[in-house]
Amino acid sequence: MPDDSMTAQKADSTGNQRPEGEVMLTVAGLKTYFSTRQGVIPAVDDISLEVRRGKILGLVGESGCGKSITALSILRLVPSPPGKIIAGRVVLDGKNLLELTEKEMGHIRGNEISMIFQEPMTSLNPVYTVGKQVMEALILHQKLSKAQAREKALAMFNLVGIPEPEKRIDVYPHQLSGGLRQRVMIAMALSCRPKLLIADEPTTALDVTVQAQILRLMKELQEELNSAIILITHDLGVVAEICDDVNVMYAGRIVEHADVYELFDRALHPYTAGLLKSLPKMYQENERLYNIVGMVPNLLQLPKGCRFHPRCESARAICREAEPALFETGGSHLVRCWKYKG
Amino acid sequence: MEPKADMPSGPPGVPARKEKEPVTESFWRELLYSIKQNRSASLGGIGLLLFVAAAIFAPYISPHDPYLVNLNAQFHRPSPEYPLGTDMYGRDILSRIIHGSRISLVIGLVPTAISMAIGTILGLLAGFYGGRTDSAIMRSADIVMAFPSLLLAMVVMYTLGASLLNIFIALSLVGWAGIARVVRAQTLSLKEKEFIEAARAIGVKNRVVIARHLFPNCVPSLLVLFTLGIPGAILSEASLSFLGVGAQPPTPSWGLMVSTGKEFLSVAPWVAITPGIAILLVVLAFNFLGDGLRDALDPYMKH
Amino acid sequence: MGRFVLNRLLGSVPILLGVILIIFVLLNVVPGDPVALMMAEHIDPDVVARVRAEMHLDDPLYVRFGRFVWDALHGDFGVSYKMNRPVATLLMDAFPNTLLLAVAAALFSWLVGIPAGILSVVKKNSFPDYFSMGFALLGVSMPVFWAGLLMQYIFAFQLGWLPVSGFNSPLCLIMPAVVLGWSSAGMIARLTRSSLLEVMGNDYIRTARAKGLTAVSVLVNHALKNSFLPVVTVMAIQVASLLSGAVITETIFSIPGIGRIAVNAIQARDMPLLQASVIFTTLLVIIGNLAADIMYSILDPRIKSK
Repeated sequence: MPDDSMTAQKADSTGNQRPEGEVMLTVAGLKTYFSTRQGVIPAVDDISLEVRRGKILGLVGESGCGKSITALSILRLVPSPPGKIIAGRVVLDGKNLLELTEKEMGHIRGNEISMIFQEPMTSLNPVYTVGKQVMEALILHQKLSKAQAREKALAMFNLVGIPEPEKRIDVYPHQLSGGLRQRVMIAMALSCRPKLLIADEPTTALDVTVQAQILRLMKELQEELNSAIILITHDLGVVAEICDDVNVMYAGRIVEHADVYELFDRALHPYTAGLLKSLPKMYQENERLYNIVGMVPNLLQLPKGCRFHPRCESARAICREAEPALFETGGSHLVRCWKYKG
Repeated sequence: MEPKADMPSGPPGVPARKEKEPVTESFWRELLYSIKQNRSASLGGIGLLLFVAAAIFAPYISPHDPYLVNLNAQFHRPSPEYPLGTDMYGRDILSRIIHGSRISLVIGLVPTAISMAIGTILGLLAGFYGGRTDSAIMRSADIVMAFPSLLLAMVVMYTLGASLLNIFIALSLVGWAGIARVVRAQTLSLKEKEFIEAARAIGVKNRVVIARHLFPNCVPSLLVLFTLGIPGAILSEASLSFLGVGAQPPTPSWGLMVSTGKEFLSVAPWVAITPGIAILLVVLAFNFLGDGLRDALDPYMKH
Repeated sequence: MGRFVLNRLLGSVPILLGVILIIFVLLNVVPGDPVALMMAEHIDPDVVARVRAEMHLDDPLYVRFGRFVWDALHGDFGVSYKMNRPVATLLMDAFPNTLLLAVAAALFSWLVGIPAGILSVVKKNSFPDYFSMGFALLGVSMPVFWAGLLMQYIFAFQLGWLPVSGFNSPLCLIMPAVVLGWSSAGMIARLTRSSLLEVMGNDYIRTARAKGLTAVSVLVNHALKNSFLPVVTVMAIQVASLLSGAVITETIFSIPGIGRIAVNAIQARDMPLLQASVIFTTLLVIIGNLAADIMYSILDPRIKSK
């Protein structure tokens, strides 16, 4: 992976005004392990990725593949103990976040990088009004007065399409629908105009119709604010809809990286291909959905060789012996599979 | 839809601890194992074994006769002859404490077991049948729970007269309400589970559903309630006896021993203090074990 | 909000009636003639009969119950057999003392229990945690009367810092309040700890951290308020345990409160006095439960809308 920290250091820090497409966040060699009584779990195992300004990066994989832990590691919010970031760098515009003090990290969280979570039901504090929770970040980072923060929060509510914001700002989370709560979460996350938004399964817990609205909203706001997004999902449909680049994760590793067109056109890794095949297709009736055989491996007992080989239809002898590296296959398309070795 | 199993509750990539199914044979083995793993729980368990052994073998291990009055040996300080000293009648305190463990053990077990039985049956009935049965039982429980339990026990003792036997009755009458509440709540949530609905759908008799399906699922909670209820009963007996409405002299009840010793606190503090230490140790042991049980049984109790 | 309070208030009425009924039945089926107890021996049987009639002791139980409730509603709980004074007056004289003791004990239990619980979470698995939890476990395991005697022995007899008993200076209040409040403090500390630990695992805590709040600020602003919900419930139980414990504490430290009245009434077999003091104490517990419910609904906005 190219190292961007030098160029980033030279650039000024005018935030979102800088050219689109430039790499703003580099994650290199990130390892986040959990120590449990049964053993050490390599939840994130040597992950490297780049986020480009004004682009949406998809991080795709099944439950437990480490995508959420990657996100939490970027913000240094991995619950510790048992979790610990044991190696790697997370460089945001020249600063290695893993070397910052807790206090400096507090200026990053919610201000330069924000995050929205999967469960809008439980991600808002039940005992405070939603308005207070949105204002909290504004007062903290932008040093606004209460009245100013309220104004700004109202504007954000408008922006994310919450009807009757003046009324809604003073209600408690349980009085709102799931969709509205997720809009509140988005308003909260974007209120300080962060450079990067990490969205962890933002639509999974919502109704299908609401999912589409929320995705559209995120895309619009991202274009309007020119921020970057890391979108974590298990749903390739969502990826196809709004992402620019995609990383596919499996068992703590990135197994394939490509831009979105390339990936849907020419998925190389058998796992990615399997995921694509298991998407329901609109025009093909009477066809049974494809199913990747086997189960996500237990990270405590990883198979020898390629981590995917027990489920892989085209596994060969070498796959059982040694783990492949990420091979380049032209352009920026990378794949961790012996079939594509040099 | 993807379950949110991967964060933040547990580490990712490892099957999460599941809600456990009803009591099976391996239940007891697993339970014993997790108590052995838990340091404070096993400490409590060992303490309790000693306590029970003291109660059973009291006549054989007591150095003296607990009732023997020896006016030549009043208020002896602790010494090799009398390891914990003697009281105002020259009786050996250690022997009295050892014999007193029998009272505490029985008072801890019997009324707790009786109130557990009453509470479990009423709780199962209330939860299973609902409607008027439920309201009648639960309103009665509300009333009993509104009393400060010590005062209610005092009133019962006033009516029945102060004696050890009547403490059994008083504590049994006071204790059932809390149990009934817990059992009812569990029954209500269990009733919605598929296996209960299935049993009822294929025509299994109500009585059988309650006995075979509902009750076994309440056992883990009952076990914890029982373990934590015993020290409560021991403390209640001690308090009632201390106040003079419980065991009567010369019974070596620990609470009564503290009470009679309190008159001589400035001259012979050991008479009042040592039986209290016995109470404290036994209650601590039960609390240690109960806390450990609760941790071990947690996955069984989340219905 | 108003309706919620009203509902809970109305719901307490049958409970209170049930409490009165149980106490009344328990105390009025007691064997033994109260008149004989009141009077010296060798009294003319005619006099006894007349006094019995005056006290309506020969009426059926339900009539007597009705009369008792009616009189009680008018603040008349009868006359003490032994003291020959209206029971209501005796209770009202004693109540401020019990209240003072209970409030002091409650303050002690909050001021010690809540910080101890928080400390044990902030310094989890280190010395302050173990110390706090040891203190708490001791509190819930100690017999109140024994702790009282031990403190008397140490602080009054050995060190001479505090008066042994009595109720005539603020110093007199220290030991009873600590003895009475310790077990509540233990309960509150344990519950604060477990509740706080549970709340800290919630998604919204992560949200607050992701917003940029510091760990301490998250604990204070987001976790504490939520973790207090179960603690508030315990405060209701606490009212009951404080009043129960007051019976013992008042006896040990010779505090002229309602608990000591009840104990003395039992020993003197003074039925009206015992009856009224138990009913009065239970009424206080019911009011305490009500207050806790209302506080709960203020803390948790989800309750009110249900």
